[in-house]
Amino acid sequence: MVFTKNATEALNLVVYSWARANMGPGDAVLLTHMEHHANIVPWQMLAAERGIDIRWLPLTPDGQLDLSDLTRLLDGVKAFSFTAMSNVLGTINPVRLLCDAAHAAGAIAIVDGCQSVPHNVTDVVAMGADFMAFSGHKLCGPTGIGVLWGREALLDAMPPFLGGGSMISDVRLGGFTTAELPHKFEAGTPPITEAVGLGAAVDYLSALGMTAIRQHEMAITRYALDTLTARFGNDITIHGPANVELRGATLSFAFRGVHPHDLSQVLDESNVYVRAGHHCAKPLMRLMDVGATARASFYVYNDEADVDALADSLDAVSDVFAF
Amino acid sequence: MPGLEDLYREIILDHYRNPRNKGELATPPAHRTEGMNPLCGDEIAVYLDLEGVGEAAIVKDIRIGGQGCSISQSSASMMSSAVKGKSVAEARKLLRAFKAMMSIHETGHDAGPDGLDSESDAAEDAVPVKLGDLEALRGVVKFPVRIKCATLAWNTMAQGIDEIVSGAGS
Repeated sequence: MVFTKNATEALNLVVYSWARANMGPGDAVLLTHMEHHANIVPWQMLAAERGIDIRWLPLTPDGQLDLSDLTRLLDGVKAFSFTAMSNVLGTINPVRLLCDAAHAAGAIAIVDGCQSVPHNVTDVVAMGADFMAFSGHKLCGPTGIGVLWGREALLDAMPPFLGGGSMISDVRLGGFTTAELPHKFEAGTPPITEAVGLGAAVDYLSALGMTAIRQHEMAITRYALDTLTARFGNDITIHGPANVELRGATLSFAFRGVHPHDLSQVLDESNVYVRAGHHCAKPLMRLMDVGATARASFYVYNDEADVDALADSLDAVSDVFAF
Repeated sequence: MPGLEDLYREIILDHYRNPRNKGELATPPAHRTEGMNPLCGDEIAVYLDLEGVGEAAIVKDIRIGGQGCSISQSSASMMSSAVKGKSVAEARKLLRAFKAMMSIHETGHDAGPDGLDSESDAAEDAVPVKLGDLEALRGVVKFPVRIKCATLAWNTMAQGIDEIVSGAGS
């Protein structure tokens, strides 16, 4: 486990260090249409620099990965990098199946665990991942810290990422040797306070129980889907799978054609806080043919009353925009 | 704490529901400029058809394309009504006055050099600029996150005028 500044840096570390050492012109990486910019832009930067190809795994109409062409898309790729759960659609991806498919094609599997790690049990060995990234602030921890987990043999073979203090074993005028793992990838003063805070957050969530958290979120998601659909019918469009087994408690929605910024502004007045924007997934927004979505997210501190508050405040949206 | 009534004034919602000068113009003779709000992904296109040259050129026609929230759409609608038929110099004057209004409470990090400059420029204008309907957008400054929504169309219009006047748009 390597501490980074955030999950974005963790994914950049993999691209900068592993991919630069292992990929060249004509090599390909497979990404999906539901990736966060953090799992797109570093690869696009590498493509511009090295001439690698980026392939895309498309989505089904209900926002799941379309696996019908997976074998062909994986043929000949060096890496398959995908999110375990969409930060827009809430979709939970079949990580084990995807990692196995990557390995069968001779590729490594890189998992963006930002959305999954805070919400369910995480077992990197059971996943079959080669790398997995996640961030502190999405699991009740502090900002300024992320984690990259990687297979030791891969990390050992990779060149260092950032150079400086802490990451060296020795430095002479003629060169340097790197420190042992994980220090080799942790240059400079480490995020000490943040690491302690992250540890406290992990302890807190572990005490609640990750299985219990997942059960709680499934229950509240079911209640939210039922409530919002019952109260607003066709006036609300909730993106992503309808089956709570296949999704987390992240609900992106469109409401009566009201722009997400206006939605969030009115909800804000009722102390209901949703995120409005492109969620750092602009390619997905374009595929969905929207500029932005409003997104309600439920976690351990939310209950059914919060769902009701959201529904009530959507009525206020209708009032302001005089429907 | 500012309330929603400061933001969603009736005149703003009217411009949102019934946007003026919505659509496109043939290019050429018109000039098309795109603007984007990277915070929310809103995209706007301003079509400008100027007659004449330099600062004396007249905004013969203007159209607004793209989509956005009620604040960006209504501000675009009001802007198009305000500058249509005006000279480039007058449009610039309106722009400065509007941006000054949008930066009154934003002399900190969010206003940037633009906001500060336009405020002092506006103060130097001998004749105070009448903002008319645009005054309705004054409440937006109480919601700093929405200021970029309100200024999007204006900045795009200003960029379009600069491109045309400098010859880049011909």
